Amino acid sequence: MPLTQQDLDREIAAARADAPPSPHPPRDYPPYRSSALRHPHRAPVVVRGDDPDLVELHTPVFGPADVTELDSDLTRQHRGEPLGERITVSGRVLDSRGRPVRGQLIELWQANASGRYAHRRDRHPAPLDPNFTGLGRALTGDDGGYRFTTVKPGAYPWRNHENAWRPAHLHFSLFGTAFAQRLVTQMYFPGDPLLAYDPILQSVPEAAARERLVAAWDHGLTVPEFSLGYRWDIVLDGPSATWTEEGR
Amino acid sequence: MTSLPPTPSHTVGPFYGYALPFPGGGEPAPPCHPDTVTVHGYVYDGAGEPVPDALLELWQAGPEGEIPGAPGSLRRDPATGRHPGRDGVEFTGFGRVATGADGHWAFRTLVPGARGGHAPYLSLCLFARGLLHHLFTRVYLPDLPGQGSAQAEAQTRDPLLASLDEERRGTLVAAAEPRTGTFRFDIRIQGEKETVFLDFH
Ligand SMILES: [Fe+3]
Repeated sequence: MPLTQQDLDREIAAARADAPPSPHPPRDYPPYRSSALRHPHRAPVVVRGDDPDLVELHTPVFGPADVTELDSDLTRQHRGEPLGERITVSGRVLDSRGRPVRGQLIELWQANASGRYAHRRDRHPAPLDPNFTGLGRALTGDDGGYRFTTVKPGAYPWRNHENAWRPAHLHFSLFGTAFAQRLVTQMYFPGDPLLAYDPILQSVPEAAARERLVAAWDHGLTVPEFSLGYRWDIVLDGPSATWTEEGR
Repeated sequence: MTSLPPTPSHTVGPFYGYALPFPGGGEPAPPCHPDTVTVHGYVYDGAGEPVPDALLELWQAGPEGEIPGAPGSLRRDPATGRHPGRDGVEFTGFGRVATGADGHWAFRTLVPGARGGHAPYLSLCLFARGLLHHLFTRVYLPDLPGQGSAQAEAQTRDPLLASLDEERRGTLVAAAEPRTGTFRFDIRIQGEKETVFLDFH
């Protein structure tokens, strides 16, 4: 018998009671079915991040030739206008000391307004949009800032349990000042009733940490007659070579 | 000192395939570079099944142990928006490939040089559907027959390898294949012969 959302809610509560406090989800998280065979049994080996000779304390360099101006506007990548509610998503990428991460690559990918990915294996019978691919790239500015113009993605069903739905979300990939700061994550929208039911978001043990994945409505970011505005700041953790240089 | 709490990690999910991999992503070595080697393998899950939807990123030092400082991994053409590939000259030290339907991946790259007291290594970052937080590991390369034992000697002194027991250490050292310059490195996410994964603090 397939698990219902009620079963899932119980599993989420049980997993939360067991989870040590952490800003990141545990890799072993039974409510997310696919994690069962895809998490290590052994604890990771800790490498002290105070040695600038570690390759992982440095990071690939990206430059203006790696992105084009149009990459950050997902509504202008085809001849016509995509369907859906246009949004502007903007924020800053910071390290855990609050310093801006400058000139680094942000990648974004997402479903279209109907909740369908432009991916051959997405068989959700919602329409594809010929004017929307859902792929963006940008380099952060001097203040760590970024800005994307896109459409609000739709929620979509998945097969984790019976009647499972992912809340609307944007996938983000970020590079920091060290490879050890690499982050792939997802941004959600405020007020979405599906947030409480989603085992992916709920895998994050701390409520305050889950809230950091939800963007804030920002009226100042709305573009008159064009798009609605959301602000989402991103903080990367992990050591960096600059910490060591400062005698961390 | 301010300390901002970090943004939590999430899984890459199943549908990154049209977004993250890029042409030439598996070929960090400049084209026709005479010292190019192939490092390849499979990703397996806890049941020993290949993982067909994993994404692997490579980051490494150059042949002299230098940190590559050149951009140009994912060049885009402003006129067409297409991806013309790498710039064809610079070694950026960065690669990215998705596993195939059989869980296989490959990078064609340059052998890294040593930095400080560390044996040379390739840093790998693994993402997959089902993996809520990516995993870091390293590939150390073996010596080639008839080419001395420099790698093995450096590996006995390497702080990470020296801290591991022999069985676990073995999961981080690639195997030389009969075809010269080809090395095999399988990643086992869970269970027997589980690969050593790393956490940086
Ligand atoms: Fe998604």
